[in-house]
Amino acid sequence: MNDRKYRLAIKRYIVGGIGALGWTLVAYGLAVSGLVQDKPQLIFYILVAAMLQLIVQIFYFLHISDESKPRWRQTSFLFTILMVLVIVIGSIWIMINMNYNMGMSGEDMNTYMIEQNKKGF
Amino acid sequence: MIKQQSIEKQETAQLGFWIYLMTDMMMFAALFATFWVLREGVNGGPSGSDLFDPHYALVETIILLTSSVTVGLSNLALQFGRVKQSFRLLAVTILLGVGFLSMELVEFIRMAGDSHGPSTSAFLSGFFTLVGTHGFHILVGLIWATVLICLLRQRHNNVNFVRKFGLFTLFWHFLDLVWIFIFSVVYLIGGLA
Repeated sequence: MNDRKYRLAIKRYIVGGIGALGWTLVAYGLAVSGLVQDKPQLIFYILVAAMLQLIVQIFYFLHISDESKPRWRQTSFLFTILMVLVIVIGSIWIMINMNYNMGMSGEDMNTYMIEQNKKGF
Repeated sequence: MIKQQSIEKQETAQLGFWIYLMTDMMMFAALFATFWVLREGVNGGPSGSDLFDPHYALVETIILLTSSVTVGLSNLALQFGRVKQSFRLLAVTILLGVGFLSMELVEFIRMAGDSHGPSTSAFLSGFFTLVGTHGFHILVGLIWATVLICLLRQRHNNVNFVRKFGLFTLFWHFLDLVWIFIFSVVYLIGGLA
């Protein structure tokens, strides 16, 4: 009985490992092969592959689904995901708007900074 | 009933460490946001597509992923009382971790040697901070694993030792999780021309 349980648990790790490896290779293949020409679309697909691998690892490695009630781990995890999204999306959003409000795109800002740098401020 | 109680106690004890991992995740989120916002600020220096080699990063990723699987299997073996197997798998994990960290250090040293160090541009400051913080976590994890492997043979019957081993497993899985995003965002997306 114990033996069977052990083998099942091992199997679970192996399956998780193969799944994670698969998504890694998908993301890598997308980035290297040039299959998707449109850059924003390519970025989106790579991020989706990363998210799917995240889900695989959470279930197969972190075993978040076998927690018993009251499930504090799942709750804190979901809250953290929310916070992460607020931090990342919020920062990007604010910084894009800042460049816009200062009348410069990222590239213009870049050339401006380089010129300033040459003058030695 | 007793078994149920002990499971609950274990989960409560793990929760504290879990909360730490969650705060760590928020810190990494801030570093990711910084990296992304600053990624075009190359200050006339090299950009991601000049510097990053996706093949090299893929090898690093596979090494770390494998070590994440072996540490999980080592933890399982310990829980099922197979100490020898657990010992071997943890040793493999440490070797893979050392391999990963060396690859990262080689990359850092090469970049700094080509005078593309963290002070070159905002982009490179963001890169070194994000990847360096992850590397530092790996270093701490390796020290922790070394302590565990030294104690494994004498303490494998101790419930508290087994629990702490589980916490290390969690920590290592978490580092692999963060690395997926470093691989995707920094090396793959950041490396696009």
